[in-house]
Amino acid sequence: MALSNEIIKQKLSEKFGEDLTGWEEPYGMLTFSSNKDLNLKVLQFLYDDPELQFRFLTDICAVHYPEKKGEELAVVYHLHNLIDNIRIRFKIYTDINIPDVFSASALYSAANWMERETYDFYGVNFVGHPNLKRILNVDDMEYFPMRKEFPLEDQTRIDKDDEMFGRS
Amino acid sequence: MPRPVQYNITEKPIETPIGMVEGPEGFTGEGFFASKLSDVVGLARKNSIWPLPFATSCCGIEFMALMGSHYDLARFGSERVSFSPRQCDLLMVMGTIAKKMAPIVKQVYLQMAEPRWVLAMGACASSGGIFDTYSVLQGIDQIIPVDVYVPGCPPRPEAVLDGFMKVQDLVGKESLRRRNSDRYRELMESYGIQ
Amino acid sequence: MSEHVKLPEGSLEKQTTTLNLGPTHPATHGVFQNIIELDGERIVGATQTVGYIHRAFEKIAEHRPLYQITPLTDRMNYCSSPINNMGWHIACERLLGVKTPKRVDYLRIIIMELARISDHLICNSIVGVDSGAYTGFLYVMQYRELIYEIYEEICGSRLTTNIGRIGGFERNFTNTAFEKLEKFIKEWPIVLEEFDNLFMRNRIFMERTIGVGPISAERALNYGFTGPNLRAAGVDYDVRVHNTYSSYEDFDFTIPVGSTGDCYDRFLVRDQEMWQSLHLIKEAYKKVQEFKGADGEVYHADVPDYYLPDKKDVYTKMEALIYHFKIVMGEIDLPPGEIYSPVEGANGELGFYLISDGGRTPYRLHFRRPCFIYYQAYSELTKGGMLSDAIITMSSLNLIAGELDA
Repeated sequence: MALSNEIIKQKLSEKFGEDLTGWEEPYGMLTFSSNKDLNLKVLQFLYDDPELQFRFLTDICAVHYPEKKGEELAVVYHLHNLIDNIRIRFKIYTDINIPDVFSASALYSAANWMERETYDFYGVNFVGHPNLKRILNVDDMEYFPMRKEFPLEDQTRIDKDDEMFGRS
Repeated sequence: MPRPVQYNITEKPIETPIGMVEGPEGFTGEGFFASKLSDVVGLARKNSIWPLPFATSCCGIEFMALMGSHYDLARFGSERVSFSPRQCDLLMVMGTIAKKMAPIVKQVYLQMAEPRWVLAMGACASSGGIFDTYSVLQGIDQIIPVDVYVPGCPPRPEAVLDGFMKVQDLVGKESLRRRNSDRYRELMESYGIQ
Repeated sequence: MSEHVKLPEGSLEKQTTTLNLGPTHPATHGVFQNIIELDGERIVGATQTVGYIHRAFEKIAEHRPLYQITPLTDRMNYCSSPINNMGWHIACERLLGVKTPKRVDYLRIIIMELARISDHLICNSIVGVDSGAYTGFLYVMQYRELIYEIYEEICGSRLTTNIGRIGGFERNFTNTAFEKLEKFIKEWPIVLEEFDNLFMRNRIFMERTIGVGPISAERALNYGFTGPNLRAAGVDYDVRVHNTYSSYEDFDFTIPVGSTGDCYDRFLVRDQEMWQSLHLIKEAYKKVQEFKGADGEVYHADVPDYYLPDKKDVYTKMEALIYHFKIVMGEIDLPPGEIYSPVEGANGELGFYLISDGGRTPYRLHFRRPCFIYYQAYSELTKGGMLSDAIITMSSLNLIAGELDA
């Protein structure tokens, strides 16, 4: 019996019950979220369960929603079951002031740099990460540039006249 | 099936066996030739420029095409691409220079011996290009002086060849005293180079 | 920077040597820094530093309408930019629910497979250069030029192609493009065969690559390897088959796999993929030729909201003018939603994770960049090997700095 979104949802609900919320299927990919303390438990269960076997971590990234108070930062995991060829998306939300999330780097070696990148861009503090420091930006950068409040452009430029760009 | 390489076969007989550059102006007599030293030095310098390819991104791939068999920069006396800054005359900066990379570009420039020239290839090296972002240096001329800019994203190899010939022009016509002049010292000081 | 590592048992050295490779080292092919700890000439540890050309693609993308993001994708993996362009268009089309005509799909396959050939070509010939064979590189470079000429004929640009639009191509392929393609189809197999003969059973090349930088399938999966590097380890995962796009399901092709995941297997997998790409190009070209009459002129889908109208119509028709203005000014609201759309890039699964909140620009766009993910395995791959093996491992992984640093 091939794995389908319904079976995955059923299995996860049996194990975690009401802790998993936000079930959606945008463009056919099963998406759900959980409490941020549960993230490793859910990932471990998805990895170990003989039927689910989500053993390939496709991607980790974060999203910043400034208007959602208390859960400004979302960390998004994309997982892939290569045997049944099915993908799922798993999200957790965290407060921007206490951005502590458990690290998945012990489970997936690939998570190491993905988490460092997420930390670099959004400042998500992955607890238990072996070497959590900036990866793409310079080490002495003081802010997390991908957060929505920070501007895209280089602020030290003096040759740009704001009026010419329709902003003043 | 024979190999499909096309050789450069022309009907026209080759007039001069080797490509030779024009000699400098001067007086020729029996057994002597008198000319300006700067012309002779310029001639020698401009026809054997050793480039240092500082290739970071897309433009570096175009540089591979430039060095490859199709465009062949070696025709201009630059057969030897040196990766060691000490033996180079021309720093070719190709591709985006991020702020993390900027100190390295400057260090490479400082390690080069005078006289040295700089060619900025592509929009990113010249002005930051489409990447007007917090992490990208908006043109390498903020950290080192540049002699020739080649626009394009990336420029075609022909454009780089043109830029290279402009550098050759500059090199050939440079006065021997330029590097000791006050103006040059001022320029270097404006970049914080002693 | 890094501490001296304890020497292994039985070493003749007094202490390890720290060697700094990069970020501007001739052997690193891109701007990466590797700080390598050596016991004599044997590597005991390597620390990588990346980010030397971080250009903030994801941040820029949050400020641009969809069509302005295409030039950014060009500059990620610049050795095969058409694949990135098409991948991005496919992601947008999935989000917008656009169905492309079959002819567009087949033309896209031709372009994407050409790009795959040109990427693998560079990678394999650079592996050759690093093992001391410059000939192969100079010889195949001519055929990369021919591929560039085909791009040029279609979109006017050589390297950063910005090829295609949402829904199709900006113009139909010209006859010259097809002539050049025919020339390529005719001549490339001869050259590739010679290239194979030069390397494949070459004793020196085999000695330099067999058993160098190996990885097991399990570790490769754990490290998130995709593409040829994963297939060299023996896992037959290919996005073209598993999450098919652009009508790849209409074609019959083989996924080559290796067994040991070492440099030689990576070389062979890439080599065989070039043959498969050639086969796909031939098949797709055959199918393109089957479209006759009006069908043979179709080169884009009918999506007035995203596909720029004909310039002639812009000057004469009101509606076309309005669409032209709206598209160029980026004044079209996207449907809200989130989508993860992968394509098989030249060095692995290239994913686009796009979140739209109904605005004119993506709310968040994340690129899953294959090289970034598998480069972290480099220290594990090189540990215990010789210093010269580290160089060849690096080039056989096909690391593209632009893609890695985003």
